[in-house]
Amino acid sequence: MITKRIIPCLDVKNGRVVKGVNFEGLNDVSSPIELAEYYTKSGADELVFYDITASAEGRGLFTDILRETASRVFIPLTVGGGINTIEDFDRVLKCGADKVSVNSGAIRNPDLVHQAAKLYGDQCVVLSVDVKRVDGVFRVFAKGGRENTGMEAISWIKRCVANGAGEVVVNSIDTDGVKQGFDIEMLDEVCQAVNVPVIASGGAGCIDDFIKLFHSLPKVDAGLAASIFHFGEVSISDLKRAMAGAGIPTRL
Amino acid sequence: MIAVIDYGVGNLFSLCRSLEAIGQEPVVTGDPELLRKADKLFLPGVGAFADAREKLRQSGLEEVIKEEVAKGKPIMGICLGMQLLFEESQEFGTWEGLGLIPGKVVTMEGVIPAHYKVPHIGWNELHFPQGDRHPLLKTVEEGDCVYFVHTFYATECDDAVIATAEYGAELTAAVARGNVMGCQFHPEKSGDVGLSILRTFCEGDW
Repeated sequence: MITKRIIPCLDVKNGRVVKGVNFEGLNDVSSPIELAEYYTKSGADELVFYDITASAEGRGLFTDILRETASRVFIPLTVGGGINTIEDFDRVLKCGADKVSVNSGAIRNPDLVHQAAKLYGDQCVVLSVDVKRVDGVFRVFAKGGRENTGMEAISWIKRCVANGAGEVVVNSIDTDGVKQGFDIEMLDEVCQAVNVPVIASGGAGCIDDFIKLFHSLPKVDAGLAASIFHFGEVSISDLKRAMAGAGIPTRL
Repeated sequence: MIAVIDYGVGNLFSLCRSLEAIGQEPVVTGDPELLRKADKLFLPGVGAFADAREKLRQSGLEEVIKEEVAKGKPIMGICLGMQLLFEESQEFGTWEGLGLIPGKVVTMEGVIPAHYKVPHIGWNELHFPQGDRHPLLKTVEEGDCVYFVHTFYATECDDAVIATAEYGAELTAAVARGNVMGCQFHPEKSGDVGLSILRTFCEGDW
């Protein structure tokens, strides 16, 4: 039976791991390579490296770290952050990424998903989308959640999946950083709209939040989180044992 | 010497790093001479069957692979590389494969229930259909998880199937016939279980 994935996300800036709370106020946590190895040993099913560096120098540091991580960690690696062109796909895939996550890059150039899927296959292209309720409507936000694009989120997600996005990471800005659980309502709508893997992000505060997620939405394939893992509030091995105990298909 | 066949398809970075992690020094090459000298071959691949098949043919590596395999050299195909080992693929057309293992490659769409997502992406459990484990999987326990990413799968493989995965249907996960072996999943992305399979292949006497 296919198992539900637990995915820690590492925000990397200038070669170090950081985590934004509601995308603001960053704290330096640890070395991305060491953290990646630690998570892999704890049972992480996949890792997301999110490059939040703006400079070319930082980009170089990031690909060095990616290469080193991919030489030491043998589980799927997804890379996101600053992916705007096919050259960006090429750069990170050559350094050991298995999948590439696009967010603002796809908003700026909606053809990017299609081009990348054609070149590297659907399985390689992950759509990441930051969603927030505005007057009761799910809207897509760009630039790390700071800018309302005005686009309706479900139709945007459907369009990108039709263009070849092989997975969708749905990050609810409304629940992100609040630690009161995933945005079940928002995720449910996405799950009903597309038939590719959906990865839930934003809002996990404890083990029960993941169990609630997979029990309420059997169509969700994975849960992603950052700070609760980084700060040791939830240990991945405890989480996975608890999931298995709750009858959720889990890789132990 | 372990050779990873480079025929211009897919990303060989992770496979090479995983082989290094188990103490091998893989050589990535499309040079027929080096492939002939190698003790064992890996046939990797992601992407479209027809494109990969054409590249193998155009590069002349198809003949080299067939000759070396006929001489008894062990080969392991991974993902699309495994699919190329079969007689035929029906991926967007009908294409002839290398014919090193009986069977054909077909889409899982229409075979698995409609509410199952395609491609089959994620960690899935391995099962041994014949009860006992093939030597390639001697380190693997029934129910161990490995990482899959695929839409097409091999069927009508006679008794070559050595592991399956359940995804609304019983999908071929690994095959072996003599010195020819293949994994539909990615051992180089399947953590310690995957590395142990690569080690068994590299160190085994096939």
